[in-house]
Amino acid sequence: MVERTAALPLRRGGFGRAVAAVVWKDLAAEFRSRELIGAMLVFALLVVLIFNFALELDIRTRSTVTAGVLWVTFAFAGTLGLNRSMASEKDRGCLDGLLLAPVDRSAIYFGKVVANLAFMLIVEAIVLPVYSLLYNAPLFVPGLLGVIFLGSLGYVGVGTLLASMAVQARTRDVLLPILLFPVILPVLLAAVKASEGFLQGLPTADILPWVNLLLVYDVVFLTVAWMVYDYVVEE
Amino acid sequence: MIDVRRLVKTFGWKPVLRGLDFHVEPGEFVALLGPNGAGKTTFLRILASLSRPSMGDVTVGGYRLPGQAAAVRRILGVVSHQPLLYGDLTAEENLRFFGRLYGVPRLELRLGEVLEMIGLSVRRRDLVRQYSRGMQQRLAIGRAVLHEPEIMLFDEPHTGLDQEASQMLDGVLRQVAARGRTVVMTSHDLLRSAELATRVDILSRGVIAASYPGTSLEPAALPALYREAIRG
Repeated sequence: MVERTAALPLRRGGFGRAVAAVVWKDLAAEFRSRELIGAMLVFALLVVLIFNFALELDIRTRSTVTAGVLWVTFAFAGTLGLNRSMASEKDRGCLDGLLLAPVDRSAIYFGKVVANLAFMLIVEAIVLPVYSLLYNAPLFVPGLLGVIFLGSLGYVGVGTLLASMAVQARTRDVLLPILLFPVILPVLLAAVKASEGFLQGLPTADILPWVNLLLVYDVVFLTVAWMVYDYVVEE
Repeated sequence: MIDVRRLVKTFGWKPVLRGLDFHVEPGEFVALLGPNGAGKTTFLRILASLSRPSMGDVTVGGYRLPGQAAAVRRILGVVSHQPLLYGDLTAEENLRFFGRLYGVPRLELRLGEVLEMIGLSVRRRDLVRQYSRGMQQRLAIGRAVLHEPEIMLFDEPHTGLDQEASQMLDGVLRQVAARGRTVVMTSHDLLRSAELATRVDILSRGVIAASYPGTSLEPAALPALYREAIRG
């Protein structure tokens, strides 16, 4: 047999088209079933309520713990969403269907990241006003919203990669948080510190190092995921 | 069309495929039989570029695996015993999604043709989770042929289907083969395989233990030949 030396040329815009297709599919399936957002939202609101009643904080102490409670809530709810997002691919063999497509597999990763980020931002947009009301904390500070976006991007970027690894294991529900939280620690730390800085009205120079750490983390981990995703999902 | 030489696949220390040789000409319909654990699914997953070979040479449609995996995936259609479809999307939405992933030109026109071919035009807007197992399997075939692949891999496609749905699936399989596509199908059903395929291979202990031309096979003789091949 004569071996071909070059691959068939993919249509122009194949990568972007594949990312858009995965995002569209995840959003369409979720807005029909509401399984993932529903679970994340209920869980996040319960965590906020539990902290509210458990801590019984005075106004001064509240301002110092608000950022921490907020990020713990987002991180826990996010884990739930990441697990569900990949489990739904694995359960009916859909992950194989995706991997059989003749596209760069990192397109599948970025599609999942964008969809998971959208779900997380939707949940955060609902949790923030509730939190603001319960804790009497003004959370709609532009800088804080930027930090929430960067923190969520880093969280979802790493989380989607690790969820793709964990989903192959029988103990995936337990495995994901064990793998994720040690790796995500720099993001959570930087996000909490930067959020705290914006809420307490600290000078920009004091907050900037944390925001920079978030930016660097996001870029580094999205790049690493782009490079290794093909190996992560292959047997 | 498919050329496999000395293929070895191990999981940890456990060898599943032990130096397997396999060759398929264009337009052939090969049925791959074998007991559970013989390595049929593992072999198909390697051909589909879902799993990496541990050793050996694998060429599909002239492209080498795993190096030219994206090119192989472009000419390949895969149907598994799982439907590989999204239950919360309609049949049409599922096909549209995979069509976009594959970059199928004139997608809406092609969707109509495929839905017509698999007999699901009327129920194209129903959610897939409301479909029977047989309808899901027909849609799975529709998904696999959407980009007009040259080679089709079927991994136990009749699993879980009742008699009527199995016969319907046979009709679709014949249709797929009649269009000149190269087909490799794993199965446990000896008689059906002999009826559909142009060649029947028996995989046992990680190698092809026997190979028979489907047309020359006497269906009644196949069970004995099968038992003999797997005993070695």
